[in-house]
Amino acid sequence: MASINQNPTATLLPNFRNLGVMLRMLVIITALTVIAAMLKSSSWSGFLQQWFAIAAVVQPIAILSVLLLGASNSWLHKLEYRAAVVLIVFAELAITLLVLRFGALILESEMEDAGRYVFFSVATTLILIGYFNLRNRALSPALAEARLQALQARIRPHFLFNSINAVLSLIRANPRRAEAALEDMADLFRVLMADNRDLAPLENEVELCRQYLALEQLRLGDRLQIDWHVDNMPKDALMPPLVLQPLLENAVYHGIEPSIEPGVVSVNIYHVRDQVHMVLRNPYRKDGSHHAGNKMALGNIRERLALHFDAEASLRARVGDSEYEVHITIPYVKADE
Amino acid sequence: MTKHPQALKVVITDDETPARSRVRDLLEDCASSFPIELVGEAASGRELLALLAKTPADVVLLDIRMPEMDGLEAAQHLLKLPDPPSVIFTTAYDDYALKAFELHAVDYLVKPIRLRRLHDALTRARAITPLSLDVLQRIAPEPRKHLSVQERGKVMLIAVSDIRYLRAELKYVTVRTATREHLVEESLSRLEQEFTDQFVRIHRSCLVAKAHILGFEKDAMEPGESHWTVMLNGLDEKLPVSRRQQHIVKEFGRNLL
Repeated sequence: MASINQNPTATLLPNFRNLGVMLRMLVIITALTVIAAMLKSSSWSGFLQQWFAIAAVVQPIAILSVLLLGASNSWLHKLEYRAAVVLIVFAELAITLLVLRFGALILESEMEDAGRYVFFSVATTLILIGYFNLRNRALSPALAEARLQALQARIRPHFLFNSINAVLSLIRANPRRAEAALEDMADLFRVLMADNRDLAPLENEVELCRQYLALEQLRLGDRLQIDWHVDNMPKDALMPPLVLQPLLENAVYHGIEPSIEPGVVSVNIYHVRDQVHMVLRNPYRKDGSHHAGNKMALGNIRERLALHFDAEASLRARVGDSEYEVHITIPYVKADE
Repeated sequence: MTKHPQALKVVITDDETPARSRVRDLLEDCASSFPIELVGEAASGRELLALLAKTPADVVLLDIRMPEMDGLEAAQHLLKLPDPPSVIFTTAYDDYALKAFELHAVDYLVKPIRLRRLHDALTRARAITPLSLDVLQRIAPEPRKHLSVQERGKVMLIAVSDIRYLRAELKYVTVRTATREHLVEESLSRLEQEFTDQFVRIHRSCLVAKAHILGFEKDAMEPGESHWTVMLNGLDEKLPVSRRQQHIVKEFGRNLL
């Protein structure tokens, strides 16, 4: 299982395959070249000239580094943090020398300030490693917090009491169904109480949703109808737990409970290349009156998605005339073999 | 649950089937110690009112959170009945309502309902002081969706969304819908407070439904002194806007109403 908090290397070293991390590296490197060019030049045209000259050397180094780090990501994460840092610095040094050597071959003349580029390269590497170290340190309490929030936001007392009531009402008339319902409740609460920092396979989340909806169907009967489209879902895709379940809870609370008429909640999960899409829809009436809670749950889920996937995940909510839709996109990440 | 002449007539109101069957089971248990007759079950406030029009009851066990018409609103309409039943609210979890109930000494049972508690509540039921409209209005967190009038021993409901205007008469308020007029015994200022989002005052004695305003027209019947009138969807009548309330004409134009 991929974990965010397994060992210090995993927490301090960034995930080099994450798009957000790659972007951050490239943006910071480019910003540093701009500063270097400004320091070396006095006029505007001089600045551009300088900057192009610097970029011509630095950009190939940067791109090669991003590719190399991305490729060796999982291997680096298995090393000890110090060893990984030393290795990365040497790798950067090697890339820099290689690019300079290659440049010299093309230009057929030795680069005059090769030494400066080597220094620039090592310094930037250290700055970036330090930056990601600090950033991850800053975010790790946020991850702990996210776990807590996940707990607090999930256990809606409304749902707990309703389920207990539903089970109580079954005990005399239908003891077997009452048993099944209690088993569902136990599973549900096991997940609710678990340490939810770790990513878990999508199929677990879907199973949890089924158990949750079975409980809701006990008390709502025909009023709650569910339309599953999950045959093509990537079962092994990893995601933060308790992302879909609370959204379904919202769907039932806002879409089904306020009406006597039956309503359909639809769940649609599929993947397109490297992205997993999860689309939930429920009926919605404009005069519904509980909105603050809904936004809080969405904010909480959005935050947790961002903590795990950075810019690669998104959550969009759309209010139609008679329908409410939440569309979540996450990268298709599988568990390590 | 035998048909004892002095049996306590009970109605269960809950939108969830298992919740109703659980109360039914518990009532059966209570029936062993004193006579109880379950006269009906309802799945919404509306159904409850229809049921009570036909079958009088002594006690109503009333769930709070229900679609279409919640328990707090249903309890207010109940009071229009010639001989309103005692109300015992039931609720799964609603911190707000529980606080309000404690404050106003309203009877309630927390779900899951315990046999002992239900037993006690029903024993007391005949002595329960009837709820006052005043208290219920203070407890209800949201405006009602209906107004109600008593007609020939029945409670008649008027959907608030159908109302075109409310006009104060001497002791009553006239409620005008597209099709007819009703008289309700409520105060206009109270109604204005409750429905402040849906209605706007155009005159000292008149509130109109914002959603039904078609537009405003200058009425120059009397020479020299023209004033604004409001036109409402589905009504031929034009209602005068008082001088003091003329700012609403501008607000309507800017979509601020």
